[in-house]
Order: sequence, then structure tokens, then C-alpha cells
Amino acid sequence: MASTSSDYNYGVVRLFTIATVLWGVVGFLVGVVIALQLAFPVLNLDLSYTSFGRLRPLHTSAVIFAFGGNALFATSYFIVQRTCRARLWGGPLPMFTFIGYQIFIVAAAVSYVTGVTQSKEYAEPEWFVDAWLTIVWVAYLLVFLGTLWRRKEPHIYVANWFFLAFIVTVAILHILNNLAWPVSFLGAKSYVMFSGVQDAMLQWWYGHNAVGFFLTAGFLGIMYYFVPKRAGRPVYSYRLSIVHFWSLIFLYIWAGPHHLHYTALPDWAQTLGMTFSIMLWMPSWGGMINGLMTLRGSWDKLRTDPVLRMLVVSVGFYGMSTFEGPVMAIKAVNALSHYTDWTIGHVHSGALGWVAFVSFGAMYHLVPVLWQRERLYSLRLVSLHFWIATVGIVLYITAMWVSGIMQGLMWRAYDELGFLQYSFVESVEAMHPYYIIRALGGILFLLGALIMVYNLWRTMRGDIRAGEPVVASDPTTEVTPATAAAPN
Amino acid sequence: MPNERDELTGTETTGHEWDGIQELNTPLPRWWLYILYACILFSVVYWVLYPAWPWINDYSRGVLGWSRHVELNEEIEEAKAYRAQFVSRIEAASVSEIAADRELLQFTLAGGRSAFALNCSQCHGAGAQGGVGYPNLGDDAWIWGGSLEALESTIRYGIRSEHDETRDMAMPAFKSDEVLDDAEINDVAEFILSLSDSAGDASAAERGAAVYVENCSVCHGESGEGMHENGAPRLSDFIWLYGGNKADVVETISFSRGGVMPAWEGRLDEATIKQLAVYVHSLGGGE
Repeated sequence: MASTSSDYNYGVVRLFTIATVLWGVVGFLVGVVIALQLAFPVLNLDLSYTSFGRLRPLHTSAVIFAFGGNALFATSYFIVQRTCRARLWGGPLPMFTFIGYQIFIVAAAVSYVTGVTQSKEYAEPEWFVDAWLTIVWVAYLLVFLGTLWRRKEPHIYVANWFFLAFIVTVAILHILNNLAWPVSFLGAKSYVMFSGVQDAMLQWWYGHNAVGFFLTAGFLGIMYYFVPKRAGRPVYSYRLSIVHFWSLIFLYIWAGPHHLHYTALPDWAQTLGMTFSIMLWMPSWGGMINGLMTLRGSWDKLRTDPVLRMLVVSVGFYGMSTFEGPVMAIKAVNALSHYTDWTIGHVHSGALGWVAFVSFGAMYHLVPVLWQRERLYSLRLVSLHFWIATVGIVLYITAMWVSGIMQGLMWRAYDELGFLQYSFVESVEAMHPYYIIRALGGILFLLGALIMVYNLWRTMRGDIRAGEPVVASDPTTEVTPATAAAPN
Repeated sequence: MPNERDELTGTETTGHEWDGIQELNTPLPRWWLYILYACILFSVVYWVLYPAWPWINDYSRGVLGWSRHVELNEEIEEAKAYRAQFVSRIEAASVSEIAADRELLQFTLAGGRSAFALNCSQCHGAGAQGGVGYPNLGDDAWIWGGSLEALESTIRYGIRSEHDETRDMAMPAFKSDEVLDDAEINDVAEFILSLSDSAGDASAAERGAAVYVENCSVCHGESGEGMHENGAPRLSDFIWLYGGNKADVVETISFSRGGVMPAWEGRLDEATIKQLAVYVHSLGGGE
């Protein structure tokens, strides 16, 4: 006997959903600004607050932690309740995680713009912001575990394994990478406890697993609920989900040193980073196979349901970037790709194609359910968002591939007498057209997100766009779940 | 009791359901499993061949005995050995001897081009075209001389640099040093512009001639032809380091300019300095 939706805590999920969408727009906007700054440096405005160096961490943190983080909170709180048939545990604790997490985001953003940073990539906030996030994160873990504990289902659904792995590992990564001595009790400045290559190793162990556990494991949790839900089909393979889950989390944690190829890091550590990245290829693809093959028998829905299309394309981008990653971790390839725009292109095929698209799909599914609307305001606008954003992503990543590979080749070009062929500034000059194309791609992606904001806002208000046919396969409604699998 | 079967694929489910989602008990795709094994095998072989696993005081060295430092040093030694034949000859020869030796010249120009791109292009431009305050090195106008020897000295010691041998002549700031008043500066600027037929006010230029003779000709020459030994640019052409508008010329006369170039002795090795001198000389306007 299923619980009804009134038993669930949807209030906090609604708040996280709104935060996801709003922070997403902020993050994409800052991304467009810094892309334009690279193409046209005059846009730095000669002000420290608006310089690329300060806005770049604002962009990365806004999209990863504010957009991605809120998406993970929203979906994990939704999914854990629905798949456990249990209300969120902890009384006021879920609301504390919402408020606490937004405080973390605002504190981080303000400190970046004012120049308060510990200069660790993706871990820029100073010690007091880190300490606050730790408290919020422990509360998150408690809420999640407490809800799992009181579940009415005998087994824990696969999406929740991924969410739990994400929450636990991110806590460990965050604490270890941010061990620092504050200089004074009331001052913002602190010094990291490790130095030199040890610090670099720890930083990239953190940095890589932020990708692995925040942006991969967490979002696989999202995929494992919304793809089968939207497709109305059972998950392709339970066995594959077990094997790829355990192999993914075991192997991912070792792969960080591939960010430090050809640096002061010892050869043996570089070897481990490279080989574990290669072994990680199939475990990553396990998620893609389970996502795509779940559509067996309902591929036709891709024509009628743009939300499902978005989810499926996200899985495609996931497969592409989890293949590209191990390739770039091979030392011979890395010798060309390291420090170039190729890395930026790789990150964005994962960030825009996978993380953002799977989140958009989840938001389009969630909003009608959470606000108890019959359907989305407009599926045609979803389709428009899908195409504009997809064109934007393709422009972005192809521009960065070309620019990055060209950059790498120019840096290493020698003439027949062994002299360098190009100066650095020549490679910078050559990248200019690609920077413009990249900024265009970003602008399209932002436009798509604004269309989504409008569509979701109208849906929350309960509007339905006139003249749109009701799609029979739209499974968002609570009243008649159109899942093919019949109840036992 | 056997689990339910999925109608479409005939595959058994696992028998659970979460919020309407079921799971099929499909076996692992074979191709997936075999590629996973292949990746693991590749890694194990790689660990045997290369440095891989740490222990307390050491790490496994790999049967190939490979190390990145050894490889790098070997490659550097190889490159050095190849270049040594040229480098030692460049070090021993004067710049004019280098320019006369075809084989050595070819190597010198290649090295000079590369060194220029790395060290000089930031100010003088990737094509040596210069910019405001940074002379174009591809034309035939030279401030401190465009002979091989003059270029070598400029590169070696710099201009108004910290080197003892630096080229350090400086033009007075005629306004801030209170040598000339505004009217005289205006007149002499018009005269200077008239040397290249670009004056706007003929009578002012006429008045300026006397001011020029008294204050400027000692360095820039009677007819504005310039003098290398004083670092005084030719004023009778259309080439202007800081702009050839009246306002730019007035600014230069009033406050002087005093651009600097670093001394490269000590920063670059002997052979590279000579290669740069020969390369810059070859750009088109070497005297």
C-alpha cells in the first residue's frame, strides 16, 4: 500500500527546486560574462571585483555547488522519500539544510568577489565558510540516513546508493582538503596544513572526486530515478547497477593524480592516476548502458516527450565525456591536452551536456508533481529549450576542442633545428575566434535556461499553454502514473 | 516463487518495485565485461613495466627502469649535443662573421626567431612590427643604430637599463625642466613637423626653426636626420615612436619619454644574444 503525497515533505523539495533554477541562471550568466572577458579583455572593466580571476571561481562554484548542489538536494530528498515510502527524517533538519546551504553559497560568492580565497580550485572558500558547510553537510547526511532507516520498502533503491556514496565521500573530501590553520580567530585568512606536492596531490584527489562523486555519482542517482520513471520501463539491469556502482566508487577515488601528469608528482603516483582512470572507463559506462537500455521498448517516446529526450541526451553526453576523460588521462595524450582549452571543452561536455541536462529533465518532471499541476505549461517550450541548449553545447565543445588541440600543438611545435616554432602570445592570438564561438554557445545555453525558468514559473502558477496537444505519454501526473510496470 | 517477467523482453525482474520502478535481472553485457577485464589487464602490465606502487621507503621501479627525469635529461643532452657544434662556433665568432657563414647563419636565424618570439615579441610584436613606444624592427629607421654590432650592444646592455654599459642618453623635458615656454614648444613642434612636410602653421614653423637650432639640433642634427650615438631619432621622416600628431609631438617635447629596454646579458646566454642580433638585423632594415 503506497503512501500518498501528503505524507511526504515536499515543501523543502520545492524550495531546493526553485533555488536550483535560479542559481543555475546566475551561474550560466557569470559563465557567459567570463567567456566574453576571455574574448574581449576590456570587459574586465579594470575593477578587481569584476576581473576574470574573481569571477571565474564565482562561475564554477555557482554552477557546481549552487546549481548542481541544490539540484542534488532537491532530487535526493524527493527520490529518497518516494522510493522509501517514508517522510524525510529529522523534523526541522531538512529546512536547516536548505537555509544553511544557501548561506554557504552567498558567503562563498561574496568572499570570491571581495578577494577572500584560499586559492584551491573548486575549494576556494576560506576556513569559516568551510566549517559552516561541514555542519550543513552532516545535517544532510543525517536527514538522508534517517529517512533510509525508516523506509517501508525492504530494499534500498539504486538511486539512493549513489546519493549516499556522494554525500559520504564529499564530506570526507571536503574536510581533508580544507584542513587549514586560521591565522587569527577573527581573521578570514588561513594557511593550508600541507604544502608543495602533498598539497597538490590532496587538492586533486579532492578536485577529481568532486567530479566523481558530486557530478557523477550524485547525478547518476538522479538518472536512475527519472529515466525509468519518464520512460515507463524497468531499469535495464540490476546486476549491472551493482557491479558498476561498486567498481565506480572503488576506482574513482584513485584517479586524481592524472590532473598532475608531468609535474613534481612522483612517477609512481602518475602511473596509478593514469591506470585507474583507464580502468574507470567501463564502470562509468555501466551507468550509460543502464540509462540508454532502459528505453528498450519505449524509444518512440523520444518523439513525443522532450523531457525524456533531454534525459537521454544527457546520458549520451555522460558516455562521451566518461570516454574522453580516460583518454585524456593517458600520459601521452595528456602531454598534448594538459593546460589547454581541451580540458575546458571536456569539462563542459560533462557539465552542460550531462549534469545540466539531467538536472533540467529532473526539474521539468518535478515541478508539476511538486506543485500538483496536471502537466507542464508547455512541452513545446521544453523542446525549444532542448534544441537551443544542444546547439549551444555543440558550439561550445567543438570550439574548445579545436582551440585546445591547436593550442597544445602550437606550444610543442619545433622547427627542424629544434627551436620552438611559436611564442605564447601567438597561441593566445590564434584562440580568439574560438573564444567568440564559445561565448556564443554559452549565450544560447543561457537563453535555453531562461526559457525553462518561464516555463516552470507558468507551470507553478497552474497555467497551460493554449493550443498545445496533451501528450498521452506525459507521465508527470501524480493521479495516473503511466509507468508500464504493473504493481505487484 | 519465480519473479515476474517483463512482457516486452521476456527478462525476469528482481521482484521489487520502488515508486512504480522495477528492475530487470539482465546479465552483464559481455562486451562491457571483457573491455573492463582488458583495461585491468592493461593496467597490471603497465604496473609491471613502469614505476607504480609505493611502499614505506621506496616504490616499485618497473622492469623497464624508466623514469621521466632520466628520459628528459637524455632528450636535453641529445638536443644539446646536436646544437653544440653550432653554439660553440657562434660563441667564438663575431656577429659579422656569423652573418657571413651561410651554414651558421641558417642556424642562427632559426634560433634568433625562436628567441625573439619568446623574449622580444611581448613588446616589439610577434612580427617585430612594434607599437607605440616600441620601435618597429622591420623598417630602416634606427634609434641607436641598425648595424650588427649596434644591435648586439643594444640587446646586450639594454636602453636606460640597470646595466653599467647601458645606452642611457635621455632627452630633456623642455616644459617641466622650464627650458621652453608653451609658445616656443608649439613653434618648435610645428617646425619639427615641417621637416616631414606635415606642419599646419607655416609661420609658427618658421619661428620654431630658431628654437630648434638652439635646443634640438645638437642631438637630432641640423636637418633632423637624427644621430645614433645619442639615441636621437630621425625627425624628418614619417616614423614616430610616440605618435606623429601635433599633440603627441608637443607631449614628447614637453615631458620627454625615456622608454626602456632590459639588458639581456645575464638573462640570455652569449649565443642567444648573438642569434638575436643577427635575426633582428635580417628583418629588413639592418644597416
